[in-house]
Amino acid sequence: MERKVIELDQGWDYMQKGITKLKRILEGSVEQFNSEEYMMLYTTIYNMCTQKPPHDYSQQLYDKYKDSFEEYISSTVLPAIREKHDEFMLRELVKRWGNHKLMVRWLSRFFHYLDRYFIARRSLPALNEVGLTCFRSLFFRQNFDTFCILIQIDKEREGEQIDKALLKNVLDIFVEIGMGQMDCYEQDFEAPMLEDTGVYYSHKASSWILDDSCPAYMLKSEECLKKERDRVAHYLHSSSEAKLVEKVQHELLVNFSTQLLEKENSGCRALLRDDKVDDLSRMYRLYHKIPKGLDPVATIFKQHITAEGMLLVQQAEDAASNQVILSFEFLFFDSQVLIRKVIELHDKYLAYVSDCFQNHTLFHKAMKEAFEIFCNKTVGGSPSAELLATFCDNILKKGGSEKLSDEAIEDILEKVVKLLAYISDKDLFAEFYRKKLARRLLFERSANEEHEKSILTKLKQQCGGQFTSKMEGMVTDLTLAKDNQNEFENYLSNNPNAHPGIDLSVNVLTTGFWPSYKSSDLNLPSEMVRGVQVFKEFYDTKSKHRKLTWIYSLGSCQLIGNFEAKKIEMVVSTYQAAILLLFNTSDRLSYSEIMTQSNLGHEDLVRLLHSLSCAKYKILIKEPISKTVSPNDIFEFNPKFTDRMRRIKIPLPVVDERKKVVEDVDKDRRYAIDAAIVRIMKSRKVLGHQQLVSECVEQLSRMFKPDIKAIKKRMEDLIARDYLERDKENANLFRYLA
Amino acid sequence: MPRASKRKAAPASSSSVTAPPPDQSRSRTAKATSKTRLKESDQIDNLFDTYANSSLGQIDPEGIETLCSDMKVEYTDVRILMLAWKMKAQRQGYFTKDEWQAGMKALKANTLLKLVKTLSELKKEAEAPQNFEDFYSFAFKYCLTEEKQKGVDIESTCELLKIVLGYQFPSQVDSLVEYLKVQKDYKVINKDQWMGFLRFCKEISFPDMANYDENQAWPLILDNFVDWKKQKSGGR
Repeated sequence: MERKVIELDQGWDYMQKGITKLKRILEGSVEQFNSEEYMMLYTTIYNMCTQKPPHDYSQQLYDKYKDSFEEYISSTVLPAIREKHDEFMLRELVKRWGNHKLMVRWLSRFFHYLDRYFIARRSLPALNEVGLTCFRSLFFRQNFDTFCILIQIDKEREGEQIDKALLKNVLDIFVEIGMGQMDCYEQDFEAPMLEDTGVYYSHKASSWILDDSCPAYMLKSEECLKKERDRVAHYLHSSSEAKLVEKVQHELLVNFSTQLLEKENSGCRALLRDDKVDDLSRMYRLYHKIPKGLDPVATIFKQHITAEGMLLVQQAEDAASNQVILSFEFLFFDSQVLIRKVIELHDKYLAYVSDCFQNHTLFHKAMKEAFEIFCNKTVGGSPSAELLATFCDNILKKGGSEKLSDEAIEDILEKVVKLLAYISDKDLFAEFYRKKLARRLLFERSANEEHEKSILTKLKQQCGGQFTSKMEGMVTDLTLAKDNQNEFENYLSNNPNAHPGIDLSVNVLTTGFWPSYKSSDLNLPSEMVRGVQVFKEFYDTKSKHRKLTWIYSLGSCQLIGNFEAKKIEMVVSTYQAAILLLFNTSDRLSYSEIMTQSNLGHEDLVRLLHSLSCAKYKILIKEPISKTVSPNDIFEFNPKFTDRMRRIKIPLPVVDERKKVVEDVDKDRRYAIDAAIVRIMKSRKVLGHQQLVSECVEQLSRMFKPDIKAIKKRMEDLIARDYLERDKENANLFRYLA
Repeated sequence: MPRASKRKAAPASSSSVTAPPPDQSRSRTAKATSKTRLKESDQIDNLFDTYANSSLGQIDPEGIETLCSDMKVEYTDVRILMLAWKMKAQRQGYFTKDEWQAGMKALKANTLLKLVKTLSELKKEAEAPQNFEDFYSFAFKYCLTEEKQKGVDIESTCELLKIVLGYQFPSQVDSLVEYLKVQKDYKVINKDQWMGFLRFCKEISFPDMANYDENQAWPLILDNFVDWKKQKSGGR
């Protein structure tokens, strides 16, 4: 039987009844659709769509479907929402949205046949989509403002309780209505929300910054950020978190960054001064997510450390200049204190970097730069390199001022080596260290061989093998020297005729490893001459090709003094011994006679005679009696000298070696600069002046910071020696001459 | 017969009229005599012989002195230096025959009079921008009298600066000379420094020296000079 054609009006009338019923259900009626009703509605649509033209009403039905929604929303839904306010409006919205979804679901089932063919064929939006879009365009696009949502949020910020679940539901609408896109949420809610947030926190920040201390402000900021994050977890969409946090950070931390950090009495500087570790940690936490947020903090950190360091330097400098007796020992003492304090400072701020600042490179760098500034200052005339070397010497030598456990010593040596990294004149340190090491080794003043080796290992690790090669050579030499001495003693026992009549022990040193010493032409006392000769004979049997140069200035001697009261053994330097032995032949000698007979120079002689006649032990009597030695003095053996000890050591004050060390290092630097320039030019062939200088500085920076003028001077020298030439066209360009 | 006591013996060539006369009467004589038309190169040679030290075969310092007085030019006049430059003279105070010949030919001078006349031309030529640096460089080299000598002592450098640059850059030269005399870093000036002085005068505005940059490859002595000058004028 042929289906009867359903006219549009007719069919629609029928549908309309169904729709009306649906609306009643939504409004609260307890009616329901049974499956027969459902089927009928569905079939009506089906039939109207499958009828032959001109009775296929797909398009019209599609339009009417849409109209249904529009009508309902405009006439019923919107007014219902609009007539309420605040929270109540939001509740109504949620309810109506729920209804709407239901309506969409039902109607799209009724009209389902359209989805199957018509929509696909015409590439039209699906029924579901149409339904949602209607709601969106009628509701959202027509000045729905998120104002009341924002009011709720601000209420919560002020501490009031709000209905979080409600807000979540409301915001879910924004998300759902996007149908897969977040544009509705972002444009209609998120953007205004962020702006409102900005305004809110801007207000807060403006008043807090005036009233609160830095720590208090930071605490509040941290709290606010936490609360905002919670807000996201409770009802905002997760995609808002990053933007929200950034907004809050911007208003609270970025805008007022300078005022906050520089706050008088409570800002970053004050926190550092008062060791407020917790507050500093908070500061780090707050600012480290902000791009470049930590830069000002690091700068203040660096300034603070520099100031603290400079204060220590100044204190030491003041102490040094206040000394009335500016003797070497006093200065030495203060420099020990200074280095100790610098080490403590280093430990303290290293802890800050790791505890408060999570080992962030910015803070390591700040600390490094700060230390580099004050660790290179001269104190009391001594360059910092010298102070550090003296400090090491003090720890490593016997009778040094500290009595420390092995562990403590290792620890301190470790820290001292770390400080070396900040000193730019590392080569100067090496030279001072070497000089002092030589004295420790040769006069057997080294406290512990293990420690000596250990610090060399640490220095090698830090500065490279070249730095320590000579020092290691020195230590090795001593070991070999002991073996050599044994062989000498064997030689003597095997050749009793060769025995020189005195006990002689000799250290043979390799010239290249040891600092340079001037050997003066001391007139060796006859008692020693034979000894030297014999040793030379022995040594020649061992190796024919080596030349021995005797350095008497480093020797020591044990003399028996036959005084009236009792014999006393005196431990003296070879030079002192040479002078004293002169008195074996004459009781009285004038200064000039001593000078002629010993062949020593004025500088040495004054010092030596002083130690023997004007110091603690007066072995010689000086005429006239005074505190200083002059060339007109006469000296006489003092037979009445005595001491309660049987064995005394007559010290010889050490000559200040600083000048010589600095000279030697300057000389080495000249060679180093020459070598660097030649090396660079040889490989580059042609190079501009500034580049050459900067590459030179870089290459040499491991050992010292070359003076730009010094580099220029060496370059000129190399030009004069035809290693380089200036380019004819461009005076700033240099060429390597093979 | 030559009258002046310093005059050397009459030249070997036959005609005495070719001997360069110092005063006008003789020049007239020379011009008037057309009997023997000697080649220009012989004239140049004769001129050479007039001043040369016969045992040496070269014009020696004494000869140059005589030449100068004959030309009525000071021995220290820069033009004499320029003459040496034109002759490419190798040894200060001496002119070899080859050098003399080459120079005189280049100057197109075969008589003393012509030589005197060309001196002002020569000055212009040497001071021309394209030649000056070469002349300036020559002036230094000319002072290196000892074998393997690399530098010129301060005193001589000062004199040389005055002669060679004094005309063009008087205030710079005055300051430089003053500085060179008081500084203690250098006892000798080398070629690179010498050339640096010229570059300084040419490129650096004076006396403000505002465009001087010590980070560039100026010789150290000039860096020190600039510092000294700035300190002197109180500004730094």
